[in-house]
This record gives sequence, C-alpha cells and structure tokens, in this order.
Amino acid sequence: MFSLFLEQLLNGLQSGVMLFLMASGLTLVFGVMGLINLAHGSLYMVGAFACAAVAAWTGSFWLGLVASLMAAAIAGALVEMLIIRRLYNRDHLDQVLATFALILIFSEGTRWIFGSFPLFLSVPDFLTGTVVLGGSFEYPLFRLAIIIAGLAVAVGLFLLIGKTRLGIRIRAGEADRGMIAALGVDIDRLYTVVFALGAALAGLAGAFVGTTQSVQVGMGEPVLILAFVVIVIGGIGSIKGALVGSLLVGFTDTMGRFLLPHLFATFLDPSSATAIGSALASMLIYIVMALVLFLRPSGLFGTAA
Amino acid sequence: MTMNREFLINSILAIALVAVPLIALGMDEPFIITLATKVAIFAMAGVGLNLVLGYGGLVSFGHAAFFGIGGYAAGILASHALNYEPIMESPFLIEGTTQMIIIWIVALIVSALVALVIGAITLRTSGVYFIMITLAFAQMIYYFAISWPAYGGEDGLSIYVRNGFPGLNTLDPISFFALCAVMLAIAMAFSAVLIRSRFGLALQGARQNPQRMTAVGIAPFRIRLVAFVVSAMITALAGALYADLNRFVSPTMLSWHMSGEIMVFVILGGVGRLFGPLAGAALYIILEHLLGGVWEFWQLPLGVLLLLVVLFARGGLVGVLAGERKHV
Repeated sequence: MFSLFLEQLLNGLQSGVMLFLMASGLTLVFGVMGLINLAHGSLYMVGAFACAAVAAWTGSFWLGLVASLMAAAIAGALVEMLIIRRLYNRDHLDQVLATFALILIFSEGTRWIFGSFPLFLSVPDFLTGTVVLGGSFEYPLFRLAIIIAGLAVAVGLFLLIGKTRLGIRIRAGEADRGMIAALGVDIDRLYTVVFALGAALAGLAGAFVGTTQSVQVGMGEPVLILAFVVIVIGGIGSIKGALVGSLLVGFTDTMGRFLLPHLFATFLDPSSATAIGSALASMLIYIVMALVLFLRPSGLFGTAA
Repeated sequence: MTMNREFLINSILAIALVAVPLIALGMDEPFIITLATKVAIFAMAGVGLNLVLGYGGLVSFGHAAFFGIGGYAAGILASHALNYEPIMESPFLIEGTTQMIIIWIVALIVSALVALVIGAITLRTSGVYFIMITLAFAQMIYYFAISWPAYGGEDGLSIYVRNGFPGLNTLDPISFFALCAVMLAIAMAFSAVLIRSRFGLALQGARQNPQRMTAVGIAPFRIRLVAFVVSAMITALAGALYADLNRFVSPTMLSWHMSGEIMVFVILGGVGRLFGPLAGAALYIILEHLLGGVWEFWQLPLGVLLLLVVLFARGGLVGVLAGERKHV
C-alpha cells in the first residue's frame, strides 16, 4: 500500500511537470502578447505526431524528440506570423474564435494526413524497465526520466526568463510593450520567438506524454483545459504561478483518483464507493480552482485581473 | 436604411425557416425537416448565449453545460418513467415523466440553479479569467457525466420514445418541427422584449461602461448574474428539445466542442443581433450538410471559413448582408 502511494505521488509529479510545459507557454503568450490561445493543445498534438512519425521512420526516439521540438516551433512560428499576429489588438472573443477555428483546422488536417487510428511511440531500449528507488519500491525508468527531463526544462526556462537578454526583453514586453518598442526592440520578432518557444515546450510535452499513452487526434484538448485550470489557479501571466498551479493540479488530480475511492470505501459498499469516489475525483481540480478563485479572484500569483 | 435592410434579412430568415420544412413535407423529404428542426434548436441555444455574449459582453465558453443539463433532464426523466422507477422516494416522491412540459420545467429549474452557482463564482472575475473559468466549470460537469455510471456514463442515455406534448404527435417530424419553431419564436420574442426593457438597457450599459452603471446606482454584478441565469435557462430548454430530437443524450452535449459550436452559431450569424443565432445556425447546418456530403474532413474548410469571418467579416452573416458593423 505504501509503495502504491509513493508510485501515485511520483505519477502526480510527472503529470504536474508535463502540465507545466504546457501551461508555461500558454501563460507566457498571454502575459507578453495578451492573447488567449486555444490552439496550444494542437501544438502539443503536432509535437506528439511529429515524434511518432519520425521515430517510426528513422527508428530513433531521439530524432523523434528533436522533430517534435522543431515541428511544434515551426508550426507555432508560422501560425503566429500568418494569423495570430492579426489578433493581438482584437478582443478576447475574436481570439477565442480564431484559435477555435485553428483547432478545427489542425485536428481535421492531422486526421486527413495520419488517419483516425492512434499511433504508438515506443520507449528507447535503455529507458525501458523499472528502477529500484529504495527497498522494494520500483518505478518505471522512462517515467522517472520524463520527470527529470521536465524539471530540467523548467529550470532552463526560469534561467532563460531570469538571466538572459531574451528573458529581459520578454519581461519588459509583459511590463510595457510600447516602451520596449520605442527602445528599438523588434517587437514583431520578439512575439514570434515567444510564441514559437511556447509551442516548442508544448510539442515536447506532447512527445513525452505520447510515449506513455497513445498519439491521437484530440489528445491536446483535455491537456489544454487542465493547463487553463493551472494558469487560472496560478495567476495568468505568471511563470511561477504556472509551476505552483501545475504541481497542485497534478498532485490533486492523481491523488484524488487514487485516494477518494479508498476513502469512501471506509463507510460505503465497494461499488458505490468506486462510483462516487471516481466521479468526485474527476471534479476535484475544478473544485480546487473554484476555491482559489473565491479567495483570490486573480489567482495565487496574479496581479489584479 | 441599414435598419430596414436588417429587417428584410430577418424576415427572409424567418420565412425560410418555416417555408423550407413545409416544401420538404410536400416533397416527402423528412430528412430536410429534421435538419430544419436542428437549425431551430441550435438557434435557440444561440439565442440564450447571445443574451450574455452579445448584449452583456460576457464571453461564456461553458454554455454546453446548460445545453447538456437540459438534455439530461429529458433523458433522465424519460428513462425513469419508462422503467417505472421513481427518482426519489423520500422525503417526497418524485417520479419520471414523458411529458415535455414537465421536463422543460425541470430543465429550467435545474439549469437556473446551476447557473446561479457558476455565475456567482465566475462573474467575480472578468476577461480571460471568465472565459477560462466558465469553460472549466462546464468541463467539470462533463467529467462528472462521464464518470457517473447511473445514467449511461460515457455511452449516454437513449430516449426510446420521443416525449409527448398534449394534443401533438411529437413523433411526426413536421409537428415536432412546429413545436421547436414556436419555442424558438417565444425565446426570440422574450429576448427582444428583455433587451429593450430597463433590465436589458442596464445589461448593455454594464457592458459599455460598468463604472458609469455603478455610479448611477446599478450594480453590474447582479444584472449580469440575472442575465447569465436567464441565458442558461434558454439554452437548457434548447438542450431538452435536442435530446428529444435525437432521442439520445450523451456527454457530447456537455463537451467544450459544443460550447464552441454554440458560440460559432452566434458569431457566424452576428453577435448582439436578434436574428444572428438563427442565421448562424442555418449557415452551419447547411455547410455541415453540403461539405460533409462531399468531403469526410469537412471541418477543415469550416475552420478556414470561421477564421476568415473572424479576421475579415466581423459583423457575421447578418452584419455583412445588412452592410453595417454593430459596435459590440
């Protein structure tokens, strides 16, 4: 029981780290450009499909991973230059609709090219199997690798935002876009770079998660909505908030699904305990979100909405 | 002049909605009547959303929740009536029913209560937060419907015989269409009266300048909350009709794709215009039927069209035809 608990805890961490890769891009794009991007889940899907297709073609998971980053970043940059750029000065309704239209185009286009059947990605050989983490507790090596890789990317992102010239420009863009344009920063290029960066992170998450699950059209949508919940909890525009929110949502969701049926089983018969427990568990993160908003309407780390 | 043109377009839309199924009846094409019924129902869902989206300026991305609640009201009540199982025995007896009128009342009450709770939380926020939180609450209800096994879970719930309406054979396509069209007309008339009333003016004022509304002593929050609840009730009623049209209800009615589609009806037709949802729903169904018949991946050109409308034709179909963009 205890090792099962530990395993769920690590699964929660893994889901939180993957959510952070999605949510950080979403929150950056909103913070810098003021854009709500529903098509972020499509970029996640593009990454997963690129990884699966290239890995199947070349036989190398690593090339697939590179392809997922490249494909998502290129798709992101193209979409930004062709369409998204026209939406920065529009109201949120137009942004929602245009990016909803982009989802239709991406999903249906992917279905057209790859068909409706899910693709499968296999784990590279040396990452298969399990690893012993103290005593008799074993955990799949690949999941552990994803957690470490995700954390490394998160640290890299914080360094990028905090320490580099690009990061300074991104933060300046959040604070006052008119001023940095006046100081001679090419604002159009900055926006394209930020959008492509967010897209690449989403694509990477898609490739990672696609390896543990299956790669199929529509895979990005549930993750997108979870990422929305994350950034609403964390405060829109805040990377730190995205990190805290991701971990909170990842742990709450995983542990809720694991613990609630057990909890209800202590005073209900097993079948209704499972039914009520799992129904409540699926709602748990939204209840957490409602609570956070009730206490802080602009999220944990958000400035006033 | 433009006002007259919009009136003309509206009249053509209304006449077409009635004439097309009648012609289809004459030509013995029941499928066309079903399509027209679908247009009327989707338009009604859009009329509900248009109240908050168009007139209130509140971008609710969670109206599928109310559409689905209406649908499940029809499905759950009908299934209990069919199995002769009361829904609840204590403290008082509640039995299932196959009477549409009772189903509608239940749909109205349940959706109003849910909208009151969701609205009270979401309307504390604004802008992007409001969009995302309405979406999140709708997803919450969606996942609840999927994981709750009593009413079919992911598989949905069939309504074996379409529910009844006094003095009407609802199984007859044209009669059911007439019922839906009358309900749509009532919803539109109600909406037209509402937006011209003191309440409607306050709602539009709260969209244009909430500070000024507060200054004249009208709290935008309460006005918006009432509008949100009324809007949810209209959409729920459409959902109950939609479940009866398909004789089936499933979590798909609650999904965020549905929320997006209801929003697309309103935008394609023209935001904040009385006949916008009808024009949008009709265009959507016609496109689905025409493109879907030619190409399996019809949502791809639909997406491109929607993108073009958002980027270049901001008044929607009615706006383009009437030649004037309404400031919303």
